[in-house]
Amino acid sequence: MLELQDICYETEDGKLILDHINATIEDHFVVITGPNGSGKSTLAKVIAGINKPSQGRILLNGEDITDWSITDRANRGISYAFQQPVRFKGLTIKDLMSLAAGKDATVSELCDLLSEVGLCAKDYINRDLDGSLSGGELKRIEIAMAFARNSDLTLFDEPEAGIDLWSFQKLIHVFEKMVAVSDGNILIISHQERILDIADKVLYLKDGKVEMYDTKDKVLPKIMGMPSSTCSVLTEKMKED
Amino acid sequence: MGTIEQNILKEVAGLDALPVGAYNIRTNGTSSARNTTANIDIVTKEDKPGIDIIIKPGTKNESVHIPVVVSQAGLKDMVYNDFFVGEGADVTIVAGCGIHNCGSADSGHDGIHTFYVEKGAKVRYIEKHYGEGDPGTTGKRLMNPTTIVHLKEDAEMIMETSQISGIDDTLRITEADLCDRAKLEIHDSIMTTGDQNADAQFTADLNGEDCACNIVSRTVARDHSKQHYTSTLNGNNRCAGHTECDSILMDQAYVLATPQLSAATTEASLIHEAAIGKIAGEQLIKLMTLGLTEEEAEEQIISGFLK
Repeated sequence: MLELQDICYETEDGKLILDHINATIEDHFVVITGPNGSGKSTLAKVIAGINKPSQGRILLNGEDITDWSITDRANRGISYAFQQPVRFKGLTIKDLMSLAAGKDATVSELCDLLSEVGLCAKDYINRDLDGSLSGGELKRIEIAMAFARNSDLTLFDEPEAGIDLWSFQKLIHVFEKMVAVSDGNILIISHQERILDIADKVLYLKDGKVEMYDTKDKVLPKIMGMPSSTCSVLTEKMKED
Repeated sequence: MGTIEQNILKEVAGLDALPVGAYNIRTNGTSSARNTTANIDIVTKEDKPGIDIIIKPGTKNESVHIPVVVSQAGLKDMVYNDFFVGEGADVTIVAGCGIHNCGSADSGHDGIHTFYVEKGAKVRYIEKHYGEGDPGTTGKRLMNPTTIVHLKEDAEMIMETSQISGIDDTLRITEADLCDRAKLEIHDSIMTTGDQNADAQFTADLNGEDCACNIVSRTVARDHSKQHYTSTLNGNNRCAGHTECDSILMDQAYVLATPQLSAATTEASLIHEAAIGKIAGEQLIKLMTLGLTEEEAEEQIISGFLK
């Protein structure tokens, strides 16, 4: 369980990106959505320890982790899949998947993890995680690394970004399976309707504030204007993609 | 052979015991062990220090190990090794030099390796340089390797060269000329620390039609060390050449990268790339989100980069 207590994040030039965020993430699968610039990615970075909040406290399973480093949070059960995957010259996919799993992963284990995201292990494990891979391949591997960690809390920052819609339909099944088999909390930043559809709860962020945080049945009709129409946030995002 | 020498052999050639196949182990200026095979002969030069390695045409899947160990403080070893690789041969050559200097005088090894690779032959050449000393000793470890490569028609050579630790001063010269359809691939890794200095100079003359050369250099400069990298590709025919130097710069180190291209024909296709920069912050953060400390992440990135 993750508790966000009065979290603010202010940039060096004084812009308030997160404005007194209060939320308790105790449901299995929670989706954070909201317009571009609403502070979603910043909130994920604050939870992972990459950005330090200007004020407020963060509790993980009742323990105050506000002052913990990125490393300590990772080792105590927080995983974070970046929106923009990082590239490494000289580190192979096997190297990084092994680091993520915390052990020297076997080919069979890598095969299981990579096939979940639609990649054949034998084509990838010895390749460097560098610019020779496409954006979609990098993103799938980023997601597979988060799965490999099997953490108490796994954060995904826009897993759909950089993946074509056809491939994303397949990835939906990955998240559905993760919901089914994982014991931990899953927190996904997403604009995708099908991701929102499988959420236990949806947190709607706007201008750095929590506008709504409730079950999807209560939140989705409101952000979509009416139940049968399409959310402008979603359509704008899908046009961008 | 003592423990120090055995340790150096392991560092530079990965040897725990005498290797299979042909070998010549040079210890403190003299040959201490040698083996030849039906296809690979090793002959001591009579006019100067060094050996001729003669590989018969058509020799396949054989290897030659020629490691050099300098463990005597103050020794300056100079050696000329010539490799004659016969037509159609396909061999692996493992060289390398390790210096253990436990005295106050400088120790050094200058090796001049010349390769004559005949038509259609393939060579994989692995060379590792390594230095170590006892704490408190002031003698420097110096190494100046020169590698000259002549590739005949359809010959191919892959060079994997590295100098990761312990060499105080080095001038590394590599020169190559390529005939028609010959291919040369060089992967060079260097790390300097402390006040070390490394100067690497590559020159390839792409003389043959449809020959190709790819030089990839990865370096890490730490502390107050200095590196100078020069790579020159001369395109004298229809050919493809690529040279790339990537450096990670840390602390107060200094790196100068000077890739150069010259083309004497419009059919020459030549590319150079050079990049110098610190470790990307996002790389450190990514590895920290996988549970590594900042120091562990840094070492992981460097060891992968130099791999």
